[in-house]
Amino acid sequence: MDVEFIHNGRQYSLFRLNFQSYRRLTTVRRFFNLAAFQIQNPDIADSMNTVTVEVTELTRAYGDHVVVNEVSFNLNQGEVLGFLGPNGAGKSTTMKMLTGNLAPTSGTVKVCGIDMIEHPKEAKALIGYLPETPPLYKELTVDEMLALAARMHGVPRDKVRRAVASAKERTGLTEMSKRLCENLSTGYQQRVGIAQAIIHNPMVVVLDEPTRGLDPIQIRDIRALIRELGGEHSVILSTHILPEVEMVCDQVQIIHQGQLVFNGAIEALKKSRESDRLLVGLRRSPAFEALLALPGVAEVEQAGNMLRLRFEQLTADTVAEGVVRAAVAGDWGLYHIAPDTTSLEDVFLQLTQMEDLTT
Amino acid sequence: MKMIFTIAGKELRILFSSPMAWIILALLQLLLGLFFSNAVGHYFEAMQGAMAPEQRVGFTAFVTPQVFGIAVMVLLTAVPLLTMRQIAEERKNQTMVFLFSAPVSLFEIVLGKFAGLLAFVSLVVGILLAMVLSLNVATDLDIALVLTNALGLWLMAAAFAALGIFMSSLTQQPIIAAIISFIALVGLVIIDNFATDPESPLNYLSLMRHFESFSNGVLNTTDIAYFLLFITAFLVLTVRRLDSDRLRG
Repeated sequence: MDVEFIHNGRQYSLFRLNFQSYRRLTTVRRFFNLAAFQIQNPDIADSMNTVTVEVTELTRAYGDHVVVNEVSFNLNQGEVLGFLGPNGAGKSTTMKMLTGNLAPTSGTVKVCGIDMIEHPKEAKALIGYLPETPPLYKELTVDEMLALAARMHGVPRDKVRRAVASAKERTGLTEMSKRLCENLSTGYQQRVGIAQAIIHNPMVVVLDEPTRGLDPIQIRDIRALIRELGGEHSVILSTHILPEVEMVCDQVQIIHQGQLVFNGAIEALKKSRESDRLLVGLRRSPAFEALLALPGVAEVEQAGNMLRLRFEQLTADTVAEGVVRAAVAGDWGLYHIAPDTTSLEDVFLQLTQMEDLTT
Repeated sequence: MKMIFTIAGKELRILFSSPMAWIILALLQLLLGLFFSNAVGHYFEAMQGAMAPEQRVGFTAFVTPQVFGIAVMVLLTAVPLLTMRQIAEERKNQTMVFLFSAPVSLFEIVLGKFAGLLAFVSLVVGILLAMVLSLNVATDLDIALVLTNALGLWLMAAAFAALGIFMSSLTQQPIIAAIISFIALVGLVIIDNFATDPESPLNYLSLMRHFESFSNGVLNTTDIAYFLLFITAFLVLTVRRLDSDRLRG
């Protein structure tokens, strides 16, 4: 980044400031530095402080085969971004590029304004990464492994012990300190993987399918941990479990065949689930005309032994109220009325298969 | 710099937490000890025999080159076994990602791994050196000759290690890495046998030719430079190889 600013008649490069601070200072001091910078330079600082990950037109091709195609997104501090997609959609490839494990064919990745390709060391210091397979040295104990991870990520020698203890506590590994990584169950190995990703308190945590191989209780714990991480750091997690995304993420991205097919807040995805249809069960169904006469109802069709009403203009509860009132007055024998929701799975399928249908 | 030591420490810890390092150390010691006592035992026999008085050499000049010469051959087989896991196994176990995502450069990773091996090699050479120097109690050794030999052996083993790391970076299978490094090293050691005239460039390539001056107690800068260049070349190649991993995926 070649942003420079002038202070007291001297020219500073923004980058040099970042280098020194990121390399040596702890997270807290990092924030101070950013804050100090913000005061001096409000325009640039505005985008620096909030945007932690900036991905522009990231593309990766193996020969002619394009795995990730012009993916762009931004992530703000404190947000949890869910990366959804069917197997082989390019999730892991994108994550590898985000963490500097794979060089993109074109496009850029910036972490807190630092370019991953031009300054990999500084950018990597801000990221914690859990790959698909937790990268554990089988010969080391949990404590040794975490201490190694802390030192490798530049945690000062005197703070390593504390960092290890807190990472173990957050991932529920305290009991396992002296066990060899080799002898741990898959779930615990996964936890050690997460612990090594968060040990240096990174600005961005990238987790590739963090709940894989865990039992339901562990999954709940890990989800809570991810939410907690989202409070101070940015978290990017990939998964193909939809309820997980709904539970922990603020932002969702659906990637399919290397392309982003959806990118937005989780609310938008939830909203797209809300349908404009009611499923109504009537024992003595009147003629369709009687139903069409009800306020808001635009279309009626038979759905098994029930009726599906499509409505317009009015909201679902107003229409439902009208249907119930009419049913009681007309003695239609109403036994079921509910919004005809599409599941998140349906939305997902719609989004990922839209392209297949159009082509 | 700190990172290099962290990685070197990690390598040593992993090396010594498997039985491999201990077995190699023990067997090396047994083998070198046998050759050493054999060389000492044979000295008087050889010198008392039919040898003309002007052909007789001192005790140090007789024992040291023999022991260190054998040590080169023993390390030729032992070092590939140590280096084979360095990168191949990390790839296989998917732990390379751990090093790649940490804020360290590829040079630091490779140098760290090399430094870890150097520490192990220094241990082997150190023990051998202590064994030979222990004779100083009974006789007056030519200490300088012994030290030059030890330096030669150390550089030789470091060169083996550098080549071994490179070979390990080429594959995912440790065994294949070991076999390729062993064959490459044997080739480089005996290549001067194929030279038809003394000026042949094959002589310059041969690792053994460059070890000879050390073994005679001569510190030749050409030979030192050869070893340093050899090591640098293979470490740089390893970095290049790891970089292409990142580029090609």
